[in-house]
Amino acid sequence: MQTKRMTYPGRFLPYALLAPQVIVTLIFFIWPAGQALYQSLLREDAFGLRSTFVGLENFARLFRDGSYVNSLSVTVVFAVGTTLLSMTVALLLASTVNRMIRSRSTYTTLLVWPYAIAPALAGVLWWFIFNPSIGIVPYMLEMVGYQWNHRNSGSDAMLLVIFAAAWKQISYNFLFFLAGLQSIPQSLIEAASIDGASPTKRFWTIIFPLLTPTTFFLLVVNVVYAMFDTFAIIHATTAGGPAQATNILVYKVYADGFVGLNLGSSAAQSVILMVIVVALTMIQFRFIERRVNY
Amino acid sequence: MASITLEGLKKTYSGDVHAVKGIDLQIEDGEFVVLVGPSGCGKSTLLRMVAGLETITEGTLKIGDRVVNKLEPAERDIAMVFQNYALYPHMTVYNNLAYGLKNRGFNKEDIEKRVRIAAKMLEIEEFLERKPRKLSGGQRQRVAMGRALVRDPAAFLFDEPLSNLDAKLRVQMRVEIKQLQRRLKTTSLYVTHDQLEAMTLGDRLVVLNAGQIEQVGTPMDIYARPASMFVAGFIGSPAMNMLPVDYLNEQGANGLLDNLPDGTDVVGIRPDDMHLTPPTAPHLIVDSTLALFEAAGAESHLYVTLADSDQPTVIRVSGQPPVAEGETLRFFVTRDALHPFNSATGKRTGD
Repeated sequence: MQTKRMTYPGRFLPYALLAPQVIVTLIFFIWPAGQALYQSLLREDAFGLRSTFVGLENFARLFRDGSYVNSLSVTVVFAVGTTLLSMTVALLLASTVNRMIRSRSTYTTLLVWPYAIAPALAGVLWWFIFNPSIGIVPYMLEMVGYQWNHRNSGSDAMLLVIFAAAWKQISYNFLFFLAGLQSIPQSLIEAASIDGASPTKRFWTIIFPLLTPTTFFLLVVNVVYAMFDTFAIIHATTAGGPAQATNILVYKVYADGFVGLNLGSSAAQSVILMVIVVALTMIQFRFIERRVNY
Repeated sequence: MASITLEGLKKTYSGDVHAVKGIDLQIEDGEFVVLVGPSGCGKSTLLRMVAGLETITEGTLKIGDRVVNKLEPAERDIAMVFQNYALYPHMTVYNNLAYGLKNRGFNKEDIEKRVRIAAKMLEIEEFLERKPRKLSGGQRQRVAMGRALVRDPAAFLFDEPLSNLDAKLRVQMRVEIKQLQRRLKTTSLYVTHDQLEAMTLGDRLVVLNAGQIEQVGTPMDIYARPASMFVAGFIGSPAMNMLPVDYLNEQGANGLLDNLPDGTDVVGIRPDDMHLTPPTAPHLIVDSTLALFEAAGAESHLYVTLADSDQPTVIRVSGQPPVAEGETLRFFVTRDALHPFNSATGKRTGD
């Protein structure tokens, strides 16, 4: 390890320099997290007058509760759908843009724009496009005989939120894939074409394997995004409905805690989410340390 | 195996950048031809056009009897060794060699057999299960060669394959490439900017400058009779000295320069044709001051300043002569060591 050792004149200065970061972390992360952890062990009465300690009862109830298990599976479908859709489209766009020479930077700029849009606005945008009464897509779908209505069809609603969430993430994935593609030496592609590999074959046997590090990194980032950063999209479009069809875990925390005012259950759900984030982060760090691939 | 024919080959980029300006060249079956020139002379572009990695703007390219202008690289039956080797980093050496065979639909036993033979020939058998990352530069170079020869193509194309190796390994690999080509007798086109590599490897050299051929010939022909001042300066190290005829006459030429071909105003003299002791044949005498003495072991390079001139001049002598910097040196040049040129056209004059 090559680390520069700094020597400070006094013992106080290093702590003072660390303090701002520590204070911010304490106030905005450790404190609320501790609060949630504590809260998750309590049950409050309907009027908020009294709390009783119930141990792990809140957690046990959650897993007996059909709506929580449903929310889990909805989250899995949503996360997998969003990740697959946004990564596939991003890779397609990146490899197309990578082939361009003069117009590359123009397309890159344009494709990055959606990333600058607030999640709620992205949700509203797609909500308009898919609006059953005034949206353009339901109008066109009707011509081919499909009645789109995300207000009463759970699968339509799920598709809508997946589209909106994936659309925003495509820009991010696109940038990483493009950078990944550009770091593959051109001569490798040329060598493969001399070796008789068709463009499709070159993609699957040379380019895609060499993109593995990027792909894996994005996989984790996208799952985290879909699970935790999509609250606004859900809130602005379906609000978890119809009939719980798009009620992902993060949204359920909000709905149960702030709408249903079941604070103990909501806190227990937050704790479970925290455990999931920690697990995903650990997977990512272990990967970065080892730099899996070739 | 096949011959390669280039007829009026041109490459023009975006309208008016002429990288290759009409190359005519016939490479015989089994011949080893080296394209040599300074960077930016179009030699790599030319090679990539033959490989099919660059489109041909104008002209005809034939491999064997087939016109291949429009064919994909894979259909041209050539193999290429890249400067950075371009090994597939995620595949083992075995799979690197087998990749081209698999793509061409060879069966498993056949692939196995060919890879083993190539690996044996290049002495990389023990690395077959390793990834390229775990190999040294020289070993990677061998794998790159192996990938080329495992397919038994009509021609090998080499794009400065030795320039990433250290000096010692470069000499060793140079010898091996030469021996391998002798044994396989596969038509080869080799690009380099290193004149020594070019001299030692090629059956024939093609000296390129600014997208055009300056001279084609065997290495010794080109060394002995460079067709232009550019070739004279590029082939041979240290480079040939160029002295104006008028200057030599002023210094007292004894009428030795009277029968030079018409139009000659500059003569080239190789550094090793300048002698410190007077030869028996009639000779020119030039006085100079030793500016820098460079001892290179078996030989020494003397950088001198000519009397009444600022022309930089180098003399190569064997061993280490007893001279000191700042000392006055008199050197002698015989008539047959002079290469006559015209400085306006840059061409050799006369025959």
